[in-house]
Amino acid sequence: MTDILDIRGISKSFGALQASDDISLSLKAGEIHALIGPNGAGKSTLINQIAGGLKPDSGTVNFNGQNITTLAAPARARLGLARTFQISQLASEMTVLQNAVFGALGADGRVSRFWQPVMKDKALLEAANSALNRVGLSHRSRERVSEISHGERRQLEVAVALSQHPKAFLMDEPMAGLGHGGSERLTGFLRELKHEAPILLVEHDMDAVFALADRISVLVYGKIIATGTADEIRSNPLVREAYLGEEGDVA
Amino acid sequence: MIREKHLNSLIWLGMLLIPLAAWQMDQPYTITLATKICVLALAGVGLNIALGLGGMISLGHAAFFGIGGYAMGILASHAQSYAPIMEHPFLIEGTKSMLVIWIFAVVMSGLAALAIGALSLRTNGAYFIMITLAFGQMLYFFAISWPAYGGEDGLSIYVRNDFPGLNTLMPVQFFALCFGLLTLVIFLSSRLQNSRFGMALQATRQNENRTRAIGLTPYKIRLIAFVISGMICGLAGALSADLNRFVSPTMLSWHTSGEIMIFVILGGTGRLFAPLIGAAIYIMLEHFLGGISDYWQIFLGLLLLMVVLFAPGGVIGLLTRREAAHD
Repeated sequence: MTDILDIRGISKSFGALQASDDISLSLKAGEIHALIGPNGAGKSTLINQIAGGLKPDSGTVNFNGQNITTLAAPARARLGLARTFQISQLASEMTVLQNAVFGALGADGRVSRFWQPVMKDKALLEAANSALNRVGLSHRSRERVSEISHGERRQLEVAVALSQHPKAFLMDEPMAGLGHGGSERLTGFLRELKHEAPILLVEHDMDAVFALADRISVLVYGKIIATGTADEIRSNPLVREAYLGEEGDVA
Repeated sequence: MIREKHLNSLIWLGMLLIPLAAWQMDQPYTITLATKICVLALAGVGLNIALGLGGMISLGHAAFFGIGGYAMGILASHAQSYAPIMEHPFLIEGTKSMLVIWIFAVVMSGLAALAIGALSLRTNGAYFIMITLAFGQMLYFFAISWPAYGGEDGLSIYVRNDFPGLNTLMPVQFFALCFGLLTLVIFLSSRLQNSRFGMALQATRQNENRTRAIGLTPYKIRLIAFVISGMICGLAGALSADLNRFVSPTMLSWHTSGEIMIFVILGGTGRLFAPLIGAAIYIMLEHFLGGISDYWQIFLGLLLLMVVLFAPGGVIGLLTRREAAHD
């Protein structure tokens, strides 16, 4: 399988703190690659460097064979790299539907239009509505983001990314705060979504990770200590020692 | 509670009918006051795009207002003295045509907004406020020390400029012109607000991380909005100069920026008709309270305080009982 995303030798330090230490990993077509690790291991920092929010001190990020290391976040998004945030980043005064339309507008890219009403644009509305439908938020599409629940905002984050029609997803803890039912539903959804575009998934919900991930990488103190299938990770002694705890009962 | 659409229509109608009634009753001063409201409201409509939709707290919009004013002053003063602006390498003469003056004012203030915006939008928060303020004050002091066009004393234009088919010296005709332009620009600004660009601008105000994540660059979006905003203020400046038949550095001073901002905040930041109702309240206070006391701005301050504390949606928000603008 081809590598959609190929990260090589990424390092980043903040003063004395080595947040990313020579990290290499790849995301192949059709897979979910989960990134796990204890709090403060540098997962969000890594996602941020892949998405373009932070510049790595060294190393390269390749996306679909193109070196995107020096591109800013918007340019990476335009190439088809969509992300969801650990803490929802939505336009809070706009409605659910408007946020999804905004995602579709980003994919369309033609933003210097000052005359036609955006909320009557059939193509954008169709992309937005179908994304909301797929995450199960259609019934809330007229609500303002400030009025929907935390869980619904998490769903909307995914819907906005969907409406961008990306070639790969970076998802930073999409299950956080979803509750058991919600997280189970999202797990089912991501399992199908990966066939459209692969997903690099940071997640704390271990049930979800071990149920979903084709490969798992374990990040500890900025270093990847192991990469492998769920079974390989479960039985890896290094992982058990560093992350899961000696007597760790994994999934 | 009244719907915002209906309230807007009421404000618009009132703004049209009161001066017409004054015309019937032969009270030209009332018409002039109404014209002043329209012209200042137009500047507010410009600022509202940057401030209300884009969240850019600019204290430098007087620069664009003043540039528009000086655009008129320079062109018209050359026309009234029959001295060309330049003869080499090609001849440029002054003009008394409002249409030409408006185009010149809009282009010049747009260019100034492009330069000022390109630099100041690299900062944000308090730094953005300060840097726009600094640019505005630079132009203010430049105008003071520029003797060719009156320096500190300003420039008087003896006869109002011409508009095809109108006698602009008739207060009601000049009012109609200003009111028409204001209506047109409010309409354009409502189109902009609901357009693709308007969505991107408002989303960027609400969450610029989201804008970046979907592939748009906040800086570019803000800069375009800042330029449009400056151009509208430039047009308002040209009209204001024509209304007073006088241009002075005061137009460029940061008090003017503050006044324009007060119109927007009084009316309700980000709302389409906020600048109009805000400017109307401001001018009426100035007219009625100013007659009683030179310190009328104490009451303006109190009013502004009340609005900011108890009616964050401004007067329009208060009357429509909705705190957040936009549907």
